[in-house]
Amino acid sequence: MNSLRRTPLYDLAVSLNARMVGFSGWEMPVQFGGITQEHHAVRSDAGMFDISHMGKFTLSGKDVLTQIQRLVPSDLSRLQPGQAQYTVLLNEQGGIIDDLIFYFQGDDRWTVIVNAATTQKDYDWMAANLDGVEFQNLSDSQALIAVQGKKAVEHLNAIVDQNLSHLKPFAHLETKILGHSAFVARTGYTGEDGFEVMLDPEGAIELWQSLLDTGVVPCGLGARDTLRLEAAMALYGQDINETTTPLEAGLGWLVHLDTKGDFIGRSILEDQKQNGVKKRLVGLQMQGRNIARHDYPIFAEGEEVGIVTSGTLAPTVGQAIALGYVPTELSKPGQLVEIGIRGKNYGAIVVKRPFYRATK
Amino acid sequence: MAFDYPDTLKYTDSHEYAKLDGDTATIGITAFAIDQLGDIVFLELPEPGTEVQKGENFGTVESVKAVEDLKSPVSGTVLEANTEMVDAPENLVNDPYTSGWLIKVQVSDPSELENALSADAYRSMVEG
Repeated sequence: MNSLRRTPLYDLAVSLNARMVGFSGWEMPVQFGGITQEHHAVRSDAGMFDISHMGKFTLSGKDVLTQIQRLVPSDLSRLQPGQAQYTVLLNEQGGIIDDLIFYFQGDDRWTVIVNAATTQKDYDWMAANLDGVEFQNLSDSQALIAVQGKKAVEHLNAIVDQNLSHLKPFAHLETKILGHSAFVARTGYTGEDGFEVMLDPEGAIELWQSLLDTGVVPCGLGARDTLRLEAAMALYGQDINETTTPLEAGLGWLVHLDTKGDFIGRSILEDQKQNGVKKRLVGLQMQGRNIARHDYPIFAEGEEVGIVTSGTLAPTVGQAIALGYVPTELSKPGQLVEIGIRGKNYGAIVVKRPFYRATK
Repeated sequence: MAFDYPDTLKYTDSHEYAKLDGDTATIGITAFAIDQLGDIVFLELPEPGTEVQKGENFGTVESVKAVEDLKSPVSGTVLEANTEMVDAPENLVNDPYTSGWLIKVQVSDPSELENALSADAYRSMVEG
């Protein structure tokens, strides 16, 4: 365990009896009170997650927009200051190097938040492909807390200097929290309303403690996974990777071929758009109680046709759900397939994504 | 956290217990195992009449995060499986040693349990 890194909130997590696990080189809380309880807290009230392990960069310079447009299939020129775009970095084959969010702060300044496991890879890729861009890695100097849930805004408003109620989804601002400069974005990974807050380590510790006092439930990576899966949000390295394109992964909505110029991987996506993709990431619902898990095979009429990429018993949906790749001809909602679980096959049905949608 | 490990039971290093009564063994998993798993959401147990072997899988327990094999502490024939726990595996946490038993096995060789761990030995194993 010696080689695992710890976030500024590690001691707080331990003091709250969190169960710690190794994750992407970090020692992170997988659960505090229990995954199901934490999951329901986010759906009904509010939970908070230490996501300081995620990679954080700032980009600046005159030519930034032109430069980063070449790295992603989304048209980032549409963003106004204070807006953000969830998108992917693509390789030459159209495969996904990482999924990430670009936050445009105006005056040629951008903040980028990426997955922990891919931080170095993303840094290297951007460094190699961006020319004349000032590039800062804040991954070690800044902490990151996700405050998520139906009532997240009420809990945060009690602490943050600025009223966050009017901030639109994916909008962000710079403000003060308990005297510390903070970057606050209305983004998250739970399918619920919520915020991600970046600030210095001391500020993060104070914010975590204040949120605890207002009744926000500390949550671990376990609930983060069940929440994002109900919302059918992809997990990098599991549902998407360098061999899957955004069109195969159901991320066509972030591919803006019509409104932007060239970008790395464009020709592959153009070809897939024109001729169709061979496989698609679909939502699956088990017909019985058995739970499909990562890497379980998918069968249709006795033939192995695909693979489960994520699966769990979904606490809010109340059923076993999964994401997996199947041939396009088997990807329509209503399609019956079978999942191989410990040598036996069990029925599952292709369903629309997401499995869960928040109500106002 | 300290858990209860009744002295009347025998334990395995894979966190099952067995309670021998005549030639019938009642088998389940320990409070420690249940705590480690977290919220239990799925349980798969063998049908009555199934032959089980000492140290071999007889079923599966799944939490939200993990899938674990259940290993039999004894060889024999399954007499009964606890279908109440299969229907509501979340209740295992309430009482793993009485209402939360998993299977009853007609034991073919009771001496197989002689080398199983005592409650004290199991406790010192899991509590270090």
